[in-house]
Amino acid sequence: MSREIGGVILDLQNISLRFGGVKALSDISFDVREHEIRAIIGPNGAGKSSMLNVINGVYHPQEGRILFRGEERTQMDPHLAARHGISRTFQNIALFKGMSVLDNIMTGRNLKMKSNLLLQAIWWGPARSEELEHRARVEEIIDFLEIQHIRKTPVGRLPYGLQKRVDLGRALAMEPQILLLDEPMAGMNVEEKQDMCRFILDVNDQFGTTIVLIEHDMGVVMDISDRVVVLDYGRKIGDGDPDEVRSSPEVIKAYLGAGH
Amino acid sequence: MAVQASSGSLGGLHTFPRLLLDHARNRPDAPAMREKYLGIWQTLSWAEVAERVRALACGLAELGFRRGDNLAIIGDNRPHLYMMMSAAQALGGVPVPLYQDAVANEMLFVMQDAGIRFAVVEDQEQVDKLLEIMAQVGTLEHIIYDDARGMRHYTQPFLHDIQELIEMGRIHDRNHPDVFDNEVRKGHHDDVSVMLYTSGTTGKPKGVCQTHAAFISAAQGGVQVDRMSGDGDILSYLPMAWVGDHLFSYAQALVAGFTINCPESAETVMTDLREIGPTYYFAPPRVFESLLTSVMIRMEDAGKIKQKLFHYFMGVAKRCGGAILDGKPVGAGDRLQYWLGNILIYGPLRNVLGMSRIRVAYTAGAAIGPELFSFFRSIGINLKQLYGQTETCAYVCLQPDGQVKADTVGAPAPSVEIRIAANGEVLVRGPMLLKGYYKRPDATAESINSEGYFMTGDAGFLDADGHLKIIDRAKDVGKLSSGAMFAPNYIENKLKFFQHIKEAVCFGHERDMVCAFVNIDVGAVGNWAERRGIAYSGYTDLAGKPEVLALIRECVEKVNADLVHDAMVADSQIHRFLVLHKELDPDDDELTRTRKVRRNFVAEKYRVLIDALYGGKDSQFIETEVKFEDGRRGKVSADLKIIDAKTFPVVKKAA
Repeated sequence: MSREIGGVILDLQNISLRFGGVKALSDISFDVREHEIRAIIGPNGAGKSSMLNVINGVYHPQEGRILFRGEERTQMDPHLAARHGISRTFQNIALFKGMSVLDNIMTGRNLKMKSNLLLQAIWWGPARSEELEHRARVEEIIDFLEIQHIRKTPVGRLPYGLQKRVDLGRALAMEPQILLLDEPMAGMNVEEKQDMCRFILDVNDQFGTTIVLIEHDMGVVMDISDRVVVLDYGRKIGDGDPDEVRSSPEVIKAYLGAGH
Repeated sequence: MAVQASSGSLGGLHTFPRLLLDHARNRPDAPAMREKYLGIWQTLSWAEVAERVRALACGLAELGFRRGDNLAIIGDNRPHLYMMMSAAQALGGVPVPLYQDAVANEMLFVMQDAGIRFAVVEDQEQVDKLLEIMAQVGTLEHIIYDDARGMRHYTQPFLHDIQELIEMGRIHDRNHPDVFDNEVRKGHHDDVSVMLYTSGTTGKPKGVCQTHAAFISAAQGGVQVDRMSGDGDILSYLPMAWVGDHLFSYAQALVAGFTINCPESAETVMTDLREIGPTYYFAPPRVFESLLTSVMIRMEDAGKIKQKLFHYFMGVAKRCGGAILDGKPVGAGDRLQYWLGNILIYGPLRNVLGMSRIRVAYTAGAAIGPELFSFFRSIGINLKQLYGQTETCAYVCLQPDGQVKADTVGAPAPSVEIRIAANGEVLVRGPMLLKGYYKRPDATAESINSEGYFMTGDAGFLDADGHLKIIDRAKDVGKLSSGAMFAPNYIENKLKFFQHIKEAVCFGHERDMVCAFVNIDVGAVGNWAERRGIAYSGYTDLAGKPEVLALIRECVEKVNADLVHDAMVADSQIHRFLVLHKELDPDDDELTRTRKVRRNFVAEKYRVLIDALYGGKDSQFIETEVKFEDGRRGKVSADLKIIDAKTFPVVKKAA
């Protein structure tokens, strides 16, 4: 592959997160480099989604530092994250079911629109040319994800695998620098998984987007990731390239139980 | 025809590149091609297309493409791929479109046979296929791709982005401004314009070489019959390697100057159809069938009032719609009702189907059921049939407006001569015949007889109005002992158009009368029986019920009544038949995997039944071994009733 993995773009240092007495994450440190595909894996309840929520500012860790492009942010909030080019997809698809695919992806452009609400509402002047420009970007994404045939279909009528693809499209519409994918392949059949893998690799390859993903399917993770972090009960038990992680005794123990 | 005699008769428009340049000169701003880009239809005018073809041709020349070279074209219908056809032709080369869904190994034979040095393909998928077989092809030197997506990491020097080729061509054109015009001028109407490979279901594929003159005269004939003009639109969605697409989307588009519209992707064809609203449309019968089914299913879900309206006005359409379309006299009352129906039902329905603007729609390739055919005609869609093969530029017969019959393929097209050989085979002659099979003079000699007629391999006859009826493959046609022609497929198809009959096998070769085996359609007949309160336990039981036998007898007699009207097949009326005790099944080798009857095998297996049919018995006991899906074997036995069907006296016309 020709894409060059760059320097550290996101650095998480000694993150701890508690909900009352429950320790969701304890003292976790890892970094994400520019242009890489970074996976977070772990058994159920390991704290993977919490970790993702910390990165994009939904949860605020009680301890630790987050360095984004070298700047410290103890308190990331979702708006700020979005404005700084971090976008995400959700484990439970968060799309507007009654709206068309096109409109759903268009919502991903909202942050990029500069004209005020009134001008947008009457579709006049700068708002109009702006919207046309955004529509062109959205169409490029539709083309990229090969969903032309469902452009005008309400999302609620689509099969699950396609909804996931639309969700990815909405996240891509923000032109993110970091894309957070929360179980992008959960509940998909083999063919849908293959498609999704191809799109993730293509996004990474063509746009150079840094991708952080959570995934259950070990095979998929090992095939497409550059580096993998393994969490278990809120602790980090492994970190490295797929081969290293696969052969780590602690990871094997966590996944397969003791005695192996 | 004059076209053959001298190129001057076409006013210098005797090759496709010349036609293209002529449109660009005379109507530069008229739309030539449309393609959806980023969700919006983008139009290319004739001037733009001509400019791009010029650049593409010069780019090809720069890469070393020479007169006589073959250019492989592989991909979905894309404007650039159509332009590449013109570009190759402009340089005196021959475009060779391949079926885009073929796997690499299937492409290998054609690539080798045609000695391909240059290939233009749609996207990465096709590039990968060619790279896979490149070593085996041996001659392949350059691959040009239209869509650059996913191609970033391909560094092979023989791969070229089409944009790069266009740029290269523009520079070449600046430095050698005469090359393009000179090459176009050298083009002769008798040069091969395209090579289309036959499907090769019987043996290796053969490259059919067609000249500019052949395709231009075929296109002119069609344009003339249907009075097509430059302001039409066609949706180009059928494979570019298929002769029909080459005729409609390339030859006729260049002759008449209408606009071709390329769908966004294979999945969006139905949406694109509605958006474009073509004036000219082609689809095989199964597409029309699925359209009708979807309409009917959606009607079932509609409200009561809508359903009532729909069924009432469909009745009106059935009664008089076809006649109104044909311009035949219709009573004022019916006309008024049809007018009302057009506003309430037919118009909106055509709109939903994307057929509001259709002037002509064609179907071909298989027999179309008369009900299906007349449904579309009755709601005002001018659906017609045509007949032809790759070797005749898909141009032999067309149904002229006002003379459309469901069971014929129409009258011989302008400048086409048809003759029926002694064995019933259809022979055709005209300017649209192939120049020859590529590198296969033996096959060429076999297919064209000493008088210059092409032997189609189809059996048929001309009816009283001079319309051609195709009845069967010539090799399946036999003779009754009276000497009359016996075309089993023709009769079987007629039987199978009834919803209650699933399969039929007719016998009669060297016999004194025609007899038939019938398989009932257990779904349709079962439903029919339920509504009448007839209890049955399974196929064998249902097939033996006297009520069912009477039902099938009615169908057979309707077929007989129909057959008697045609002198050629009037003797083939079905005298006796029986309903088989089991369904013919591929697992028992009675049908092929594509569900065609293996006639000889069936005749051998059920010899005792045939003997009973011809021996005048009233019934016959039979026991047959069957294989179940899980591999078990069992026996089915029954005492089959043999039914005499009413036949009609044949009125011999004095010839």
